[in-house]
Amino acid sequence: MEEEKEGMSKRKGLYASKIKRAVHLLFFRRRLKPGVKGWELHRTLGSDYPKVLSLLDDYLEKLDLQVKTVPENEKSPAEKLSLEELDKARFYVTLRGELTPKESRMIGWRIDDLAGLAVTISYIISKKGQASRSEVEKLLSQKLPSWKASVNIDRYIRYGYIQEDERQQLYLDWRTRAEVDQKALVDLLLKSEQPTDTVATLAKKNEATADEENDSVAR
Amino acid sequence: MTEKEVHASIGREKLQRIIEMCTAIENHTVDPFTLDVEEIIRIIRTYFPEWEKPEDLSLDAEALHHLATVIKLQSEWVKHRSTSLYTDPFILQEKIAVADKEEITRVFLKAWHPIVELEQLSLFSLSEAADYWSALLPLAERWKQPEEEAVEPGSISREELVKQRLLSDRYFTEELEEYWHELKVKTERDGENGRIRYWDFVGADTYEETVKRAFITSFLVTYGYATLEIHPLQEETYIKPAEKPKTTLNMEQLVSIPIAINYDDWQEWRKRRKE
Repeated sequence: MEEEKEGMSKRKGLYASKIKRAVHLLFFRRRLKPGVKGWELHRTLGSDYPKVLSLLDDYLEKLDLQVKTVPENEKSPAEKLSLEELDKARFYVTLRGELTPKESRMIGWRIDDLAGLAVTISYIISKKGQASRSEVEKLLSQKLPSWKASVNIDRYIRYGYIQEDERQQLYLDWRTRAEVDQKALVDLLLKSEQPTDTVATLAKKNEATADEENDSVAR
Repeated sequence: MTEKEVHASIGREKLQRIIEMCTAIENHTVDPFTLDVEEIIRIIRTYFPEWEKPEDLSLDAEALHHLATVIKLQSEWVKHRSTSLYTDPFILQEKIAVADKEEITRVFLKAWHPIVELEQLSLFSLSEAADYWSALLPLAERWKQPEEEAVEPGSISREELVKQRLLSDRYFTEELEEYWHELKVKTERDGENGRIRYWDFVGADTYEETVKRAFITSFLVTYGYATLEIHPLQEETYIKPAEKPKTTLNMEQLVSIPIAINYDDWQEWRKRRKE
């Protein structure tokens, strides 16, 4: 009985130390991109690293954080990955719940930039994961000055939310896959409540604003 | 121009237009469903008996190939529409147009779970940095120009250059080829699956010789005489000799792989070899 207890406490100690090492690997950025590859965790923590990550995930839940697995092949669901696929996947620690608009401002995002990012990502998703830069710029320019639309797209590319190829086509990039629940975003946008303004009144409002701007420029 | 030739010329033009249309669809500039597949097949079938020359037959095959790609795109489109991620871009555009930025942001924040990461100094890294700083020479010393002594131009023999270790006693390419043959022999004798462990090839009786062999081996890989296979999980590196030196390496994207040849690793390898 005592031997069993001793074995159990040894195992607990072993996992506690593995969890600490996993925290060091996952939280501290060591390369250009945050997160860590499965094979690095495998090498450092041993072949039972999925169990270590699951224990860490349970612990992080209390802190409103989670261990996020991003498979190499986007199509395979993260819950059904084999050890080989897990080795190729990338792991991050992300927020489990939601940020409030006030909190998002505190971490350096202006409301315009965040709304622009939401529009860019959801539009690319709706276009089967690929949209031309000019289309996205046009869409953003409906509500942002066109120079800002272009600057914002460059910023989203720099942060790793989207990428651009030589044909000026935009695709979703690694950070969107790690941070954004794509299905939830599109569903929520479609279900979002219509404000009292209709398209027609909005158009009229826009015209009125444009007239006012022209007047002030003329003055 | 006979009537048959005119008919064939119109047919060629039509095939060209079909290929252009299909290419535009493949490049995602046109909706795949704008193409009437049945009509295109009818056109291809109508002109097929006219084709006798290989270039016409090749044009016909190319049109068919592009058409098949478009049908594949149509099938992918249908599959995507049936998935839960499908959203009509027009509906989405309409939603975006009427929603205000606060509403879009509120929605996005519900689906956004940003990565948490830390960038922080530790006591260990601070102490390492302090050690580095104290060992670092002042700029004035590091950038000091060596005092130059004017030397009259003279001549030097090849033997003298070899003695001063500026030139090898053999031409480098000869030495490289010799190593390549040695690699092939060793791989056949001690390796498996046409490859040999990196250390089993570069390792020698002295550390100096091992470093020299590693240096030349790096050129074997760079010049396409051999390739490296790296298994990060097993922490094992293999070297695989090429049957013939690959001359097209410049076309591929090359990567540099640093391999440390330190004294401890060499001693460990020797110990393992003795065992």
